[in-house]
Amino acid sequence: MYAQMIKSTGKGIKSLDEMDPEERAFQERINAGGKIEPKDWMPDGYRKNLIRQIGQHAHSEIVGQLPEGNWITRAPTLERKAILLAKVQDEAGHGLYLYCAAETLGVTRDQMTRDLLSGKMKYSSIFNYPTLTWADMGAVGWLVDGAAIMNQVPLQRTSYGPYARAMVRICKEESFHQRQGFDIMMKMAKGTEAQRKMAQDALNRFWFPALMMFGPSDKDSVHSAQSMAWKIKMNTNDELRQKFVDETVPQAEYLGLTIPDETLKFNGETGHYDFAEPDWEEFFQVLKGNGPCNTERLAARNKAWDEGRWVREGLLAHAEKKRSRQMAAE
Amino acid sequence: MSTDPKFEFLCRMGDNALVLGHRVSEWCGTAPVLEEDIALANMALDLIGQTQLWLGMAGEVEGAGRDADKLAFHRDVWDFRNVLLVEQPNGDFGQTMMRQFLFDAWHLAQLTALIDSSDKEIAAIAEKSAKEVTYHLERSSDTVIGLGDGTEESHRRMQAALDLLWPYVGEMFLGDDVDAAMKDAGIAPDPAILRAGYDQLVGDTLAAATLTKPEDDFAHRGGKSGARHSEHLGHMLTQMQWLQRAYPDATW
Repeated sequence: MYAQMIKSTGKGIKSLDEMDPEERAFQERINAGGKIEPKDWMPDGYRKNLIRQIGQHAHSEIVGQLPEGNWITRAPTLERKAILLAKVQDEAGHGLYLYCAAETLGVTRDQMTRDLLSGKMKYSSIFNYPTLTWADMGAVGWLVDGAAIMNQVPLQRTSYGPYARAMVRICKEESFHQRQGFDIMMKMAKGTEAQRKMAQDALNRFWFPALMMFGPSDKDSVHSAQSMAWKIKMNTNDELRQKFVDETVPQAEYLGLTIPDETLKFNGETGHYDFAEPDWEEFFQVLKGNGPCNTERLAARNKAWDEGRWVREGLLAHAEKKRSRQMAAE
Repeated sequence: MSTDPKFEFLCRMGDNALVLGHRVSEWCGTAPVLEEDIALANMALDLIGQTQLWLGMAGEVEGAGRDADKLAFHRDVWDFRNVLLVEQPNGDFGQTMMRQFLFDAWHLAQLTALIDSSDKEIAAIAEKSAKEVTYHLERSSDTVIGLGDGTEESHRRMQAALDLLWPYVGEMFLGDDVDAAMKDAGIAPDPAILRAGYDQLVGDTLAAATLTKPEDDFAHRGGKSGARHSEHLGHMLTQMQWLQRAYPDATW
């Protein structure tokens, strides 16, 4: 899940009878499974929430290039290098569709970029963790993309049309990403002793941060109800986290790796795995900017933006000159 | 190390693609604008794909059991056969795109000539690669023109990049025994015959970019023969080859 702690701007959920006719028609359309399109009337809160959510998702794709880019130049085979390049390229593409989807709500990509660079807008907590060995490329694909898919598959049915449609393509590519991550993990887990050690170490470091991706527990998640009524959030944080754990535990067993949670066990009554909560204090610290890589990630984005200024200005100036020359010729 | 000229020639093609693909991949996530991140990754991806084909064939021709990965990750600097131009560091975005343009213009001419190679496998790889490189050249020349004829600062940076990289252009057109053997076998053109077309294309692009081609045509050499690479290549290899070298028993 690439959007966390999205603050709802609605003032609690109104019943249909409390709504004015415009809002009521809007809500009824959502309730009936209809889509809201850019030119349709929508409450301000819906628009603002979506901008934050889609923007945060887009920023996560962009910042998410960095921990994987960290290994492109050290990928161990030509094929792995090509696959990783393709994956990171997909992520930049996802960022692009999502910025476009957000732009249909009346915000510009430049504005969102400035808000990312100033720290005003957030990106997923997971990208503030370092990638230390090649097995981390496996763990990121398997766990991080795996967790993202849990949230993104239902978002294909979200109420906002451009977001739902962007999500269809994104989900197809994300499932390829997850498979390539699992494939790396398989090679590592079935490889030499050093490779198995790397694989286990990667799982140890990424397990709890992956669980944090779903956001705080439902009981502490104050913004969910309105987003769920608007169908811009389709499941609760705990539902998705449970689904992720239930799907991932057998995969870890298949790999012969141990999930770093001694309390983890299958509960015959519920039919689900019981598992330990992540350290939420750590999660809130990461959101506040105190994760292991927050400073580097934001500095890297700022450096790229600042050092690219002359390029953007140069290309714009050229486009302007070309236009003037064409007009003079006509 | 084999001295079969065909093996050498294939390593030259493969190493150019490998080294430049690696250099371009160093940009991941840090380009001046998102569209450029996507385009640079795309170009790196094409070049790594071409590397697999050229070095894969080189390994087969050599017949010593080395595949493309073995050649890419287990040779040291002196066995690399790329031209010096492609191993030059990225510098700023302008330097990266100037390097790309100066290489693409040669690369497309070379691949176009190789489509008529007497070796069918080489012709097939060239045909596939030429399609990709046509796009690379279109994009790099557009960028050189846009930045050369952009602002005062972008112009100044592009002229500096051109001045810096021009001494590495000549090596692409200097023939040696390997080239002579390839020409005699009808496999590849004499490098010198590509120069006139290259000068025409580069001249036109630089004129549109309002950039001045340096007068001195001095050419550094030693990359494609492997006799004297720059100091930069060794550093690139320490990063690129590290996992394979540190864990030689592993498969990935």
